[in-house]
Parts: sequence; C-alpha cells; structure tokens
Amino acid sequence: MTKVKFATTWLDGCSGCHMSFLDLDERLIELGERIELVYSPLVDFKDFPTDVDACLIEGAVSSEDDLHKVQMVRERSKVLIAFGDCAVTTNVPGMRNAIGTAAVLERAYCDNATHNRGIPDEIIPRLLPKALPVHHVVHIDCFLPGCPPQADLIWRVLNELLDGQAPAAAKLARFGK
Amino acid sequence: MTETSPPAGRSPRVTANVCQAAGCVSLRSVELSKDLGDRLQKAGVTDAAVKRVGCLGLCAEGPLVRVPETGQLFSEVGVGSEAEAALVEHLATADPTREPRPKPSSFFASQVPIVLENSGLVDPEDIDDYIARSGYEALTTALTEMTPAQVIDQIVVSGLRGRGGAGFPVGIKWQTVAKSTTTDHKYVICNADEGDPGAFMDRSVLESDPHRVLEGMAIAAYAVGADSGYVYCRAEYPLAIKRLKTAIRQARRKGMLGQNIGDSQFNFHVEVRLGAGAFVCGEETALIASIEGQRGTPRPRPPYPAVSGLRGRPTLINNVESLANIAPIIRNGGEWYAKTGVGRSKGTKVFALAGRVVRTGLIEVPMGMTLREVIFDIGGGILDNRPFKAVQTGGPSGGCLPAEMLDTTLDYESLSEKGSIMGSGGMIVLDDTSCMVDVARYFMDFSRDESCGKCIPCRSGTTQLRMLLDKIVEGNADMLDLSRLEELASMVKATSLCGLGQNAPNPVLSTLRYFRSEYLAHIKERTCPAGVCAIASGEAKTS
Amino acid sequence: MNVCTLKIDGVEVVGTAGETILDVARSNNIEIPTLCHLDGLSDVASCRLCVVEVAPSGKLLPACAVAVEEGMEITANSDRLHRYRQQIIEMVFLERNHVCSVCVANNHCELQDKAAEFNLTHFDLCPVNPRLEVDATHERFAIDHNRCILCLRCVRVCSEVEGAFTWGVSGRGLDTRVVTDAGAPWGESDTCTSCGKCVQVCPTGALFEKGRSVAQEKPRRPFLPYLTDKAGVPA
Ligand SMILES: Cc1cc2nc3c(=O)[nH]c(=O)nc-3n(C[C@H](O)[C@H](O)[C@H](O)COP(=O)(O)O)c2cc1C
Ligand code: SF4
Ligand code: SF4
Repeated sequence: MTKVKFATTWLDGCSGCHMSFLDLDERLIELGERIELVYSPLVDFKDFPTDVDACLIEGAVSSEDDLHKVQMVRERSKVLIAFGDCAVTTNVPGMRNAIGTAAVLERAYCDNATHNRGIPDEIIPRLLPKALPVHHVVHIDCFLPGCPPQADLIWRVLNELLDGQAPAAAKLARFGK
Repeated sequence: MTETSPPAGRSPRVTANVCQAAGCVSLRSVELSKDLGDRLQKAGVTDAAVKRVGCLGLCAEGPLVRVPETGQLFSEVGVGSEAEAALVEHLATADPTREPRPKPSSFFASQVPIVLENSGLVDPEDIDDYIARSGYEALTTALTEMTPAQVIDQIVVSGLRGRGGAGFPVGIKWQTVAKSTTTDHKYVICNADEGDPGAFMDRSVLESDPHRVLEGMAIAAYAVGADSGYVYCRAEYPLAIKRLKTAIRQARRKGMLGQNIGDSQFNFHVEVRLGAGAFVCGEETALIASIEGQRGTPRPRPPYPAVSGLRGRPTLINNVESLANIAPIIRNGGEWYAKTGVGRSKGTKVFALAGRVVRTGLIEVPMGMTLREVIFDIGGGILDNRPFKAVQTGGPSGGCLPAEMLDTTLDYESLSEKGSIMGSGGMIVLDDTSCMVDVARYFMDFSRDESCGKCIPCRSGTTQLRMLLDKIVEGNADMLDLSRLEELASMVKATSLCGLGQNAPNPVLSTLRYFRSEYLAHIKERTCPAGVCAIASGEAKTS
Repeated sequence: MNVCTLKIDGVEVVGTAGETILDVARSNNIEIPTLCHLDGLSDVASCRLCVVEVAPSGKLLPACAVAVEEGMEITANSDRLHRYRQQIIEMVFLERNHVCSVCVANNHCELQDKAAEFNLTHFDLCPVNPRLEVDATHERFAIDHNRCILCLRCVRVCSEVEGAFTWGVSGRGLDTRVVTDAGAPWGESDTCTSCGKCVQVCPTGALFEKGRSVAQEKPRRPFLPYLTDKAGVPA
C-alpha cells in the first residue's frame, strides 16, 4: 500500500494547533502506518515537496511571507485543510485588523520597546494591511476550527480523509474552546 | 388673497401666478413676486395681479410663472432677467379675450391633474382661495349627507390604493379601522415623512395645497370614527410645515377642524409632528413609535396599526397623496375616480421625474400610461439624444427596467411583475453613461446608511451586500462572489423585519435580472462597459 | 380556555390563545433557534433566527412574536430556513470582533453554541472589523462592544424587570450601540442599581463581571421566569 504524502505547516499562529496534533499521542503511531510525513515544522525537512496529498495549514495569512507560502503550499497540495481558528477566522492575529497595522507596530516596536526603538524594515517579513483567513487567499478543501481543534476531532477528520470520505466530522468542531 | 391686487371690486384682467414651492423659492421667487408688483406699479398697470401659488410642475426650469387667463407659462424668470421683462410686457398688454390660447406643451398635454388640480392655481396660505375652488365641499357633504359607512363605500368603489408605496386598498384599511373597537380614541395619521432620495411629491402637495390633505384627513376621521390626528412631516421640509400649520390654524378658525365641525357633532383635532429625517421613520410602526416619543424603530406586524397603533389604539395611517385624493372622490363619486386607470390600479399617480430626460419635474399621470409615454412624451426624451438605458422607480426599494420594458404600463401589478415597484413616486431615467452595478451600489449604500440597526439581516446584510458590490466595481470579485450576492440578496429580502430591509435588495435583484452582462463584464473581463467604475487592472486578488 | 390546533413541521399540535408559535413549538419539543428571545422578557423579534414559514402565503414570520391561530400550517425547519439561519449567525460574527478563544464567555456563549449547532466551520463573507470600545468604568461590571450582538436583552431586563431604565440604544445601522444613561460612561450612571441582571442575561461575553478571565464568565441561570410572567410583567 502506498502511503499518503502528508504535510503540516504554519503561518501566523501560536503552534497550539500543532501541539494539539501531537496530543494524538499513541494514535500518531497508527497514523504513521497510513501516512508518510513529508514536511512539517515538527520534523527536519528543508523543502516543501511538490506532490503532497494532504496538508494541514495553521495560522492566519498575516505577512507577505505567509502570502507566498500559502500560495506555494496550495499549488503543491491536493487537499488543503485550514487547521484551527487562526487559519479559519484569523482569530488572535486578526485582532489587529480593527486597530490598523501601523498602530500595532508603533505600540510594539516604539512605545513598548526598551532597546532599539523603531519599526524594523529588514529580516522580519512585512505585514499585510490585514490578517486574512487562508480561504480568502487560496481555495480550501476542509475547515477544522477550534482554538485549538481537539485531538479527537483531528483524529476523526484525518481518518475520514484517509478513508476517502468527505470529512463530515469537521462539522462537529466549534470556534474557540 | 393676492399680493398685489387691482382696486377693490374689479377682477384683474391677467394674473401672474408665481410658484412659491420650495424649488422656485430657492431660486428667489418670493423676491420675484415683489419685484413684479413694483414693476407693474411703476409701469402704471393697474389691472394685473401678482399671486403666490404652489408648484407649477416644470421644476427644473424655475422660477416659473403662469398667467392662467392667457395660458402662457414663463420659465426661468429670474429677478431682473429678460424673461421677467417679457412677462411684464405680457402682463401689461395681453388681452385674454383675444389672445389665442397656446396649445398645452407636451409636458402638460397628457397629464391628468386630480391630486394636483389646485397646484399652481390656489394660494396655499389662503383658505378662502381653496374654498373658492370647491374646497371643504366634500367634507361638508360627508358630514351632512353621508354616513361614515357611505363615505367608506365611495372610497372602496373608487379603487384608490395607498400611495405610500405598498399599494394597500385605502377603503379596506378604513373599514378595518372603522370596525376596530376601542374604549376611547382612534387616530388618523398622515404620513409625510417622504424619505426616498429624489422624491418630492408629498412635499409639493403640502406646499401647494395643504388644505386638500387636511380635508382628506377630516373625512377619513369621520369615516373611521377618529377624533385626533397627526401629520408626521420630516423636519427638512420647513416650508411645507409652515404652510401646514397656517392651514390648520385657518381651518380651525373656519370651523373645518376642531370641535363641532361644520356645526355637526363631529370633532377632529390635528397636530403636526416633526420627524428627524430618518428614512425608516416613514415605516408606519416606526413612525408611531416616534410620535410616542420612543426610538423610531419598526416592530413586527401583526398587529397592524389599524388594530393596535398609536398608544395601542386603532390608527389609520395614510400617505399624503392617498389623502389628497379623498376630497375629489367624495365630491365626484367613487365611480368617477375609477374611470381613470387600468385593472386594479385606479386614478392617477404623481411622479417626480428626474435624471437624464429633457424635462424634469413633478407630473401626475393616469395609471396605465406606459413608461415610454412618460419618458418620451412628457419628459421629452433623453438629454443630448443619448440612448435610453433604464428607468428606476421606487427609489432604494424599487428596481430598474431596461429599454425592452418601456411599454410596461404604470400600474402596481405590471411594475412588480417586471421586478420593480410603483413606490411612492420617484422616477429616475438613466442613459448609457450609467453603470448599472454602480447604480445598484448607490441604492444599497442608501439602505445601509438608513437601516435602523434593529434586525440582523438588514443591519448586517446591507453592509455585506455593499461590500460584495464594492468588490465587483473594483474588479476584485469572482463568480463565487456573484452567487453570494444573489443568495444574500434573497435572504435579506425574505428575513428582514420591515419593508426597508425586505426591499433593500430590489435594486440589486432587478439589475441582476436585466443587466447581468454588466456584472459579468466587471467580474470576468474586469471592465466597466459604461466606463464609470475605475477598475485597477492586473491587481492580484488578495482578499 | 381557547384552544386551537395547528401543524408545525407536519406534527399536529395544540396551543392556547395568546401563546406564540415559539411557545407551542417548544412545549412540543420542536426546536426553533433564537438569540434575542429570553423567557420572561418581552419579544423584539430582531435576531430573525426564529422566522418560520406560514402557509399558505409562505411568508416568513418570527415565531417569538406571532400568536398561534386555528389551522395554521407552519414550517419551522427546512433546508431554506437552515441556510438563512446559518447566514444570520455568520453575519453576526462578522459585524463585530468575536474572538471566541480569548473571550470571557468562551464555552458559555449562545452565539458560539449557535455556530456549532448550525455546523458553521468557516465564513464565506468578509469581516467588517469595526473599531469598538470597552467601557470598564463601572466598579463591578464592564461592557465590551466587540462582543455585543444587539439582542437588547440588557435593555429589556433593565427596564422591564429592574425598572432602572439605565440601558438604551443609540446610533443606527451598523453603528447601533447599547448605551447607559443615554451615552454617559456606565460608572457615572445615576440610574444603575448595580443589580447585575444585564450581565446575567447577556448571551455573549459583551457584559461581564470584572475580574473574570477567559472562559470564566459562568453559564447564566434562567432566573427570569421566576420573577416575571411571559410578557415581562413582574409576577
Ligand atoms: C422604510 C420605509 C419607509 C417608508 N416611508 C414612507 C414615507 O415616507 N411616506 C409614506 O407615506 N409611506 C412610507 N412608507 C409606507 C408606510 O409604512 C405605510 O405603508 C404608508 O404610510 C401607508 O399609507 P398608504 O396606504 O396611504 O400608502 C414607508 C415604508 C417603509 C418600509
Ligand atoms: S429591516 Fe432594517 S430598518 Fe427594518 S427593522 Fe430591520 S434593521 Fe431596521
Ligand atoms: S450587551 Fe449583551 S445583552 Fe446587551 S444587547 Fe449586547 S449582546 Fe445583548
């Protein structure tokens, strides 16, 4: 049996969704029998392969880097799953949307800075005017909300997908929690 | 009665009827009246009079002056203008017994004045002038010769339907209020909130012939058993309010309002209440809340005001124009009225004709006239000979009909069948320089700004619809957005609490029905066929 | 007693005069969703979640505000109504800044529950992201307008049950806000009795007791039915 090429990645998130993924605990071993993990922040692959079957994507699209990354990931993945509230609704990264990017940067890098006051314009990727949910930028095949999505639910949704079914269990998810 | 009159006892040879409704007043027609008087005096003309009257119809060409004895209409009579000199000359020399009467211009030829029969003829601030033209005759007849049930019968027979927008049969509403029982008061409310952008039919009636509306209210009150009434008028109409208050004072003094009207047992008191210019306060339940001193937001119906309205009492609420039709119906009989019109739409309708037509202004046409006749015969066709594109009726609650629909007749059923509405009388003509998506967006903007914020589908839905339309005119939308727009429009229509939200999607739905290709051009080709929308080309779609 | 029979979703049910469609549906275990309705307060029919289809006109009417009549045939649940209700919930989320994960009412919120109940996994439309205030001037309570859904339960409980008339409404359209003492800061209110009823009835985390952190605003108990009859008149 050929294994499903599986990837996970993140944009503007706190990695909590990935921690919840790890909460699959011993079920990870079972999962490992059906998938081949080809890319993930949890392991040490340098490049995102070109032929991924399914990918979980955590976090909102906040910066220019995120934008390029999500477009690349979309191109290279057959099934893309918005993973967690930040990816689905922008959640906490989106809280700046009402305040404005400039005001947020000002507060973080000037008002509250103790060293090197000033908004960095190198190394750190430039923020987009607003944080966006991933499906406002690329097509998304399945939504798994939750902050974070519960491990049991991740398990059910992944199994449905691996069994070739439409992921019905995703509908049991809820925002927040 | 007149501002400048010939010596007592002699009737003037000619009269200059100077329009003093708001449009012409803003063009200094009050000063014009005075100046005309001075000039006539200086020229030694003693048998010509200058008179203040209401709207003369061709508002775009004001200040207007009509000389009824010779049938001449003078337009753009500015103080000190050449037109004024010509008018003075005409007043000094015209001999009405010899002068050939000019054929009425095509603007007036096919109009049928019932609501506006006195408009431009009577002095709106003089009850005697109104009485001289059969004013308060209908009220007296009703009080002395008819039972309330007989009055209502005539209204039922006339087939008159509400002119405020919904077209509910007036007679049936009266019957409901008459049947509703109460331990004390019933009320009659005249809805003069007129909030549609571009509409000024009701304002014009109140400024030109306020007694007609009061007479209609008094007859209505007698018919349904009410003893007090309110005219709810928007505060932006100071001249209408002033004339209305003057009229109420005069009518009270003449015994046409107040206690024992016309020496009968019938009492009816009227007060004016001002609205603060919120469109939604024209909705009847919001209007009632506003009169009660509460926040002007609609409440669910039933119960209808006819059963439980102002202060929980049975309340009749009718539009200005509906009430302005009552006196002529009682005077001439319901059957007379029903002779004009078609099908289930009887009588006439007043429209504020505006937009890209040669002649704009206030018109009154029989129901059943086609849109083509109104736009091309009365309106004189499209400005600069450009192609006709669409006609918008009903304002933010209405729809746009294309050239293929020009032979649609003006009646409630035909218009709504075609996806527009009769509405309260706004009629805007558009030519090929208008982008229909942009037009839909303009009206959605209006509804969004005027949403009272009470119910979610309207409060949030008009904003979402507007955001989707923004995306389309900016060239950032895809076909999914178009289906979202359609789905959301039907949802807002179906679930909103009051008529504002229920009708707000109409401009979108009707333009989608007739001008879908324009939407598709914005979305697929990222171009605006009319060249109105600035579409930034080549931009990557990021949101 | 005036009894009438009617059909809701094909089920024959019996109601008494004066009962609303919602009353009769609920006493027959037919679920109709609501947000602005709260037993014990008057109804404003503003959330529109409870609209049902009434034959033969097919018109949608709010179940909370329409009295039952003999022979009514009502569709309370259908695919069309389900979709409308999803859209209503979606638009409430998008008109203000609802961030469930960091909200005091996380897991005790009726809006969050409704989204789950209606299987909303994401939103198609765009967020409005308005900039909104938090008024924390009252010594015990605060209001975060980012979370307010304008159900007006606070306004109704304050006038109908407490009789203080502190809460009111100002602005219109998307700028509508609930306000204390016609716009003065809550902490300066002369009329507020600090009874906390508004905090109790708020369906979301908009009104909360100070000192509570994320997810700590406890589930509210339906205390009103013990205090008032259905129409909000003190018992
Ligand atoms: C948002 C909204 C605004 C309205 N504005 C007016 C108005 O300005 N004038 C008016 O007469 N009717 C208005 N109406 C209609 C009234 O609710 C009511 O139907 C009408 O006054 C009844 O009078 P009629 O039967 O004589 O038309 C409005 C309705 C809605 C929903
Ligand atoms: S439809 Fe609009 S105007 Fe009417 S009640 Fe709802 S929010 Fe207010
Ligand atoms: S503060 Fe709470 S109770 Fe008051 S209107 Fe907003 S959501 Fe409703």
